[in-house]
Amino acid sequence: MLKLLLSRLATAIPSIIGVIVVTFMLTRLLPGDPAAYFAGLAASPQAIAEVRTKLGLDKTLPEQFVAYIGDLVHGNLGNSLSTGQPVVSEIATRLPASAELTLFALILAVGIAIPLGVLAAVKQGTWIDHLCRMVTTAGVSLPVFFTGLLFAYVFYYLLQWAPAPTGRLDVFLSPPTDITGFYLIDSLLTGNLETFWGALRQLALPGISMAIFSLAPLARMTRGSMLAVLGSDFIRTARASGLAPRTVIFSYAFRNAVLPVITTLGMVFSFLLGANVLVETVFAWPGIGLYAVNALITSDYAPVQGFVLTMAVLYVALNLLIDFLYGLVDPRVRLG
Amino acid sequence: MLPLLRHARYVLSENPVTGLAFGLFAMFLLAAILGPALAPYSPLQSNAAMTLKPPSAAHWFGTDQLGRDIFSRVLVATRLDLTIAFASVILAFMLGALSGVAAGYFGGWTDRVVGRLADTIMAFPLFVLAMGIVAALGNEVINIVIATAIINFPLYARVARAEANVRREAGFIEAARLSGNGETRVLLGHVLPNIMPIMMVQMSLTMGYAILNAAGLSFIGLGVRPPDAEWGIMVAEGANFIQSGEWWIALFPGAALMLAVFCFNLLGDGLRDIIDPRMRT
Repeated sequence: MLKLLLSRLATAIPSIIGVIVVTFMLTRLLPGDPAAYFAGLAASPQAIAEVRTKLGLDKTLPEQFVAYIGDLVHGNLGNSLSTGQPVVSEIATRLPASAELTLFALILAVGIAIPLGVLAAVKQGTWIDHLCRMVTTAGVSLPVFFTGLLFAYVFYYLLQWAPAPTGRLDVFLSPPTDITGFYLIDSLLTGNLETFWGALRQLALPGISMAIFSLAPLARMTRGSMLAVLGSDFIRTARASGLAPRTVIFSYAFRNAVLPVITTLGMVFSFLLGANVLVETVFAWPGIGLYAVNALITSDYAPVQGFVLTMAVLYVALNLLIDFLYGLVDPRVRLG
Repeated sequence: MLPLLRHARYVLSENPVTGLAFGLFAMFLLAAILGPALAPYSPLQSNAAMTLKPPSAAHWFGTDQLGRDIFSRVLVATRLDLTIAFASVILAFMLGALSGVAAGYFGGWTDRVVGRLADTIMAFPLFVLAMGIVAALGNEVINIVIATAIINFPLYARVARAEANVRREAGFIEAARLSGNGETRVLLGHVLPNIMPIMMVQMSLTMGYAILNAAGLSFIGLGVRPPDAEWGIMVAEGANFIQSGEWWIALFPGAALMLAVFCFNLLGDGLRDIIDPRMRT
């Protein structure tokens, strides 16, 4: 088990190196003056020169790279221009909000996509199969910011079922004691049901918008791989031996069919982390996506760079987790 | 050519949705070419007396906060949105197909460099990388094209590499080499044309994604700048009015965007059925 973990960790190292090199290059090698980027739009030539010396941009490129790595090792991503705060701490305080939204959407997407895909494969050609095809085709075509807006209009403005699409919690409710940073979990831990309900209501619309966008590849893959497995010889044998249909589908077919679905999770995370930015913008969700968008608008470059790096490192870590999960589910990978 | 046409007709009759997709595609193409000529109003002309009016006979899709006709803006925006998507897909194809084919055909260090490059891009959540690229390159439309092409590059490179790898030992490639063609000539004249059908499918499949990506970038304020008409930025402008109930400003450009993506996704699936019946789902 430890060996598997270590070998998987080793595969992530080139990705991490690549990510660091690219985020470094994004500011240093491209046209334009990076000092001007970091100094902001309204900076005077003198201020730009100051920033240049302060950031070490007057040194050679390899020297700058070494300094950049040194900063990263010390957890220094620079300071935000508009707030003056270190980017690292601003991202750290906002990360739980984004993580809660993304995980909520992922759980929703998996919870809908997998049963839908399995049912569509088992009852191939029936209405549920057509529903599955419709959902998968429509799901990938829906711009996530547009579905979010539509939901806000229908469920907040027209029906008034949902609270105003602004932030994680109604202004009249106080956030729960900070334990995990996830409002849903923290409010449950402290037994504050009113806050739990309030947070859930705020989370519902952005979460559903993101889930719809990401469930399409999952449902499509579940259906496809279930169909392939159900058509194989060992399923025929299991059926012929008189096993209950339930046993055949769940213990025999599903456990084999779930492997490609786990691989698809990597792509789904790429979708979700990107959609996160758009959904946070629509619902004024105080996560790192909205932070980056606000920084972009004010040409505040350090937060944007920190955001790209954080997202990429998170994504590499998630892929590592998926790889590891795959090894746990499939004994062949573990032994091989 | 004739069997292919017959097969295409068969696929179309089998799946009428593909026919619908081709119809939609023709409509979008027409709107892109003739949009400015067909638009009943100027897309940029504001009208202080007619702000925030709901859809009516004079203004089919209503008017926005500056009194501009939304129908005209949606129509005119088609050209910009499709141009961005087409340009980025073609750029991604040129970068991806050429380096992918070279990687698959030559192997060795070419393969390692291209593979590492693709892996590095894939190590990012793609939309986030596109944001970073546009932010670094500068806030212009051309940079949206470049960013979208870069994030699509690995898809093309991988498909092209796999397909070229299969063909490098094929008889017709050996024959081309034996009859004295240089490696570059074999690559460009014999390997590349052979994988074109598969690359075409890849292009139409990524078109939808390219449109979504470009519109998403302009939704968060990157690339296209107001007052230019573009679907993503129009939805962003409409977003400010959703909470006060003016739904039409965001709905129509959003619906056009959705329909375009839907059309290209269906088209991609349809083309795949026509070109490669084995990959049908």
